[in-house]
Amino acid sequence: MLEKILVLLCLPSALAQHLCTPGASDGYKVRLSIKTALGDQAYVWNENEMFLFRATLAFAMRTHFNGQMYNVSNIVVCDETPRVSFWFVVTSPLDTSTLVDRKDVEEAVRKSRNRINSAFLLTDKTLEFIGIAPTLAAPVYPDPPPWLIVFGVVMGAVGAGIIILLVTSVLQKKRKKNEKSEGEDDEEDTRVKTVENGTASDGVYNMSFSDDERFTKM
Amino acid sequence: MRLVLPNPGLEDRIPSYEDLDRMEKEEAGDRPKWDNKAQYILTCVGFCIGIGNVWRFPYLCQSHGGGAFLIPYVILLVLEGMPLLLLEFAIGQRLRKGSVGVWRAISPYLTGVGVASMLVSLLIGLYYNTLIAWILWYLFNSFQSPLPWAQCPLNDNGTGFVPECQRSSAVDYYFYRVTLNSSASIVDSGGIHWPIVLCLLAAWTVMCVCYIRGIGTSGKAVYVTAILPYIVLAIFLIRGLTLKGALSGIKFLFTPDVDELMKPTTWLDAGAQVFYAFSLAWGGLISFSSYNPVHNNCMQDAVILSAITGLTSIYAATVTYTIIGFRATEKYDSCISDNIMTLLNAFELPEDSISTSNYDAAFNHLNSSSPDIILALDIKICDLQTLLSEGVEGTGLAFIVFTEAITQMPGSPAWSVLFFIMLLCLGISTLFGNIEGVVVPLKDLNMLPQKWPQEALTGVTCAVAFVISLLFAQHSGIYWVTLFDNFAGSVPLLTIGFFEMIAVVYIYGIDRFNEDLEFMVGYKPSIFWQVTWRFISPLIVLVILVFYLVTQVQEELTYLVWDPNSEEFPTLASVPYPSWINALIFLLAGVPSLAVPVYALCRMSQNSNIIAYKVIHFRV
Repeated sequence: MLEKILVLLCLPSALAQHLCTPGASDGYKVRLSIKTALGDQAYVWNENEMFLFRATLAFAMRTHFNGQMYNVSNIVVCDETPRVSFWFVVTSPLDTSTLVDRKDVEEAVRKSRNRINSAFLLTDKTLEFIGIAPTLAAPVYPDPPPWLIVFGVVMGAVGAGIIILLVTSVLQKKRKKNEKSEGEDDEEDTRVKTVENGTASDGVYNMSFSDDERFTKM
Repeated sequence: MRLVLPNPGLEDRIPSYEDLDRMEKEEAGDRPKWDNKAQYILTCVGFCIGIGNVWRFPYLCQSHGGGAFLIPYVILLVLEGMPLLLLEFAIGQRLRKGSVGVWRAISPYLTGVGVASMLVSLLIGLYYNTLIAWILWYLFNSFQSPLPWAQCPLNDNGTGFVPECQRSSAVDYYFYRVTLNSSASIVDSGGIHWPIVLCLLAAWTVMCVCYIRGIGTSGKAVYVTAILPYIVLAIFLIRGLTLKGALSGIKFLFTPDVDELMKPTTWLDAGAQVFYAFSLAWGGLISFSSYNPVHNNCMQDAVILSAITGLTSIYAATVTYTIIGFRATEKYDSCISDNIMTLLNAFELPEDSISTSNYDAAFNHLNSSSPDIILALDIKICDLQTLLSEGVEGTGLAFIVFTEAITQMPGSPAWSVLFFIMLLCLGISTLFGNIEGVVVPLKDLNMLPQKWPQEALTGVTCAVAFVISLLFAQHSGIYWVTLFDNFAGSVPLLTIGFFEMIAVVYIYGIDRFNEDLEFMVGYKPSIFWQVTWRFISPLIVLVILVFYLVTQVQEELTYLVWDPNSEEFPTLASVPYPSWINALIFLLAGVPSLAVPVYALCRMSQNSNIIAYKVIHFRV
């Protein structure tokens, strides 16, 4: 009697086990790279971790199909390797001999990918579902683009520099003109004085009379 | 006794020693002056040390035998660079004119040398400032984290990267597509890429503001632009030496290969590099020296500047190769890790069964046991030497290799900003000499009115140059830049340099030149200078010029394009130039080189016509 009950209990799982084969059309291969991700703090992959995986996947299926009661027994795993990779299939909770369609499994995994990853302290790259491409994080493009801001700052500074330099040279020229006109009044007085005193001062060497091409054209 | 061509009227065209002493004492004349000696030295150092020291010399050094390349470099620096440098310094200081004025004073037939210098400076300045514009673009984009070239953009449905980026790399894509939006050939202009237009505007405006009062403003700017690169290089050296793989880069750079010294191309490349490194024949050095006091010791200046240039080249090469070594090591490590992961996945082995140390042994074992699986996996071969010699010159070094290395360093935006500010300073300080070599001759040739203030001259020159350089803002701009770089900046400079030496030694007269130096400095130049000026330096320049022309004429003219549709993508494809490019090359290289003899001939025919006219009319 007891043996019959045992056989009956083991039958569903035994029946379901044959549904999981490497390369199954409704199954996916999973590959974990724990040591690559965690280095020294890597945990050992054992039966408990596998149980957690099956539980997490059941959670994902439940979340996606709201209402259907998926259980750990609905996630069937096979072909485990030392690499830490294996195949899994998902059986329907209503009928354990039929498999849930590939696309539904994919959607469920995609939806809860983040939760599955964080259960194992892994990322999209280190917990791979072969065939389910991870949605990549889009690079953030801030608006307005930062380079325009820097460009604006630089052009503003340069423009201000040009204006300041032009204004100071114009002011300098005006100041020189005023000084010259004042200086000319003084010079006239001194010139009169020197003529009166009878002394002549040396002239200043005037460059404006030396021209560049002082040769005579033949 | 010496060979000197007849040169009547020379005494009338140049100021005599008494004139010079009087001008010095009374400080008369409206010629600008340096505020102090340091400004002059810094301006010359900034002019000579340019972007080429960072991205051309290290490549030449490494590809021509590493440490052994320093031997031809130093020899040619002393025999070719230094004499020409002193020649330009002394003639500018003695005759106190810009480049056109100096050659016109020596002989009116030689004005062509000054005109050629001006044309070459103009053509080089146009494309050089485009490089500055690209540097500015990268600098503006460095103020964000993560850096925009660290990651490829996503494709439309968000599942993968843009295919062009996926096939090449994020840094390649950012340079060729985002920055330049380059078309696939020089013929295909594709319109104007407006971010580059904005950067060109920024570049020319910065040049305008720095040079707006001539050396009055640029002399202040060089305190920053000439000194900052050294500081940044020191920072990069310290950072670089702490990175993994830096020493393998330095070893790669300096490992001597003495066999390379036997090849003539090594010596030719060394000679050409010395010539371009010193920015000789641009006309800027003559102009800068003419603002010096008459008794400035230009001999000492020439020796100091040569030493500084040589040492800076080696210094920059060391820094560059620490970063290159780091990048190559990173790529090598990730290549090995990828291969290990591929093997583990294919053979379902536990994760730490293959590590970097036993990779080779494990690979051989697996290859011998199941070679067909290995073949199907298509494992890449990781070779550190290949990675070290990848794309390490020119724009490829700065915008691809270095930017990639910077993304791997922690705190990348800061390093990126520092690097591009350094390149900017190096470029701007070279452009000061360049603009000097364009504006002063334009004034001397009366193409710009003498009465205009310096501000107007600078403004007009920069505005016109900006409009012309919009040629490089097209989608095919990079191919135009390469064209200008190869042809406008090579043969004409060598020709002008050769003519300069012949002019001073054989037309001005080496005896007169020696006396001038004795007057200015206090002692006659030694036998070393005599021999190099008269024979060795002109001979070296002539040999380089002839060899260069011979090799150029023999090769088919091709250029490298970024073509996503080509088979070799992501490697640049080599494509022949269209046939009309020959006319353009003649314009770029031929017109400046031929300006010297053509001008002399025109002048001679003009004079003979006048003589004939006068003879006829006086007879009557």
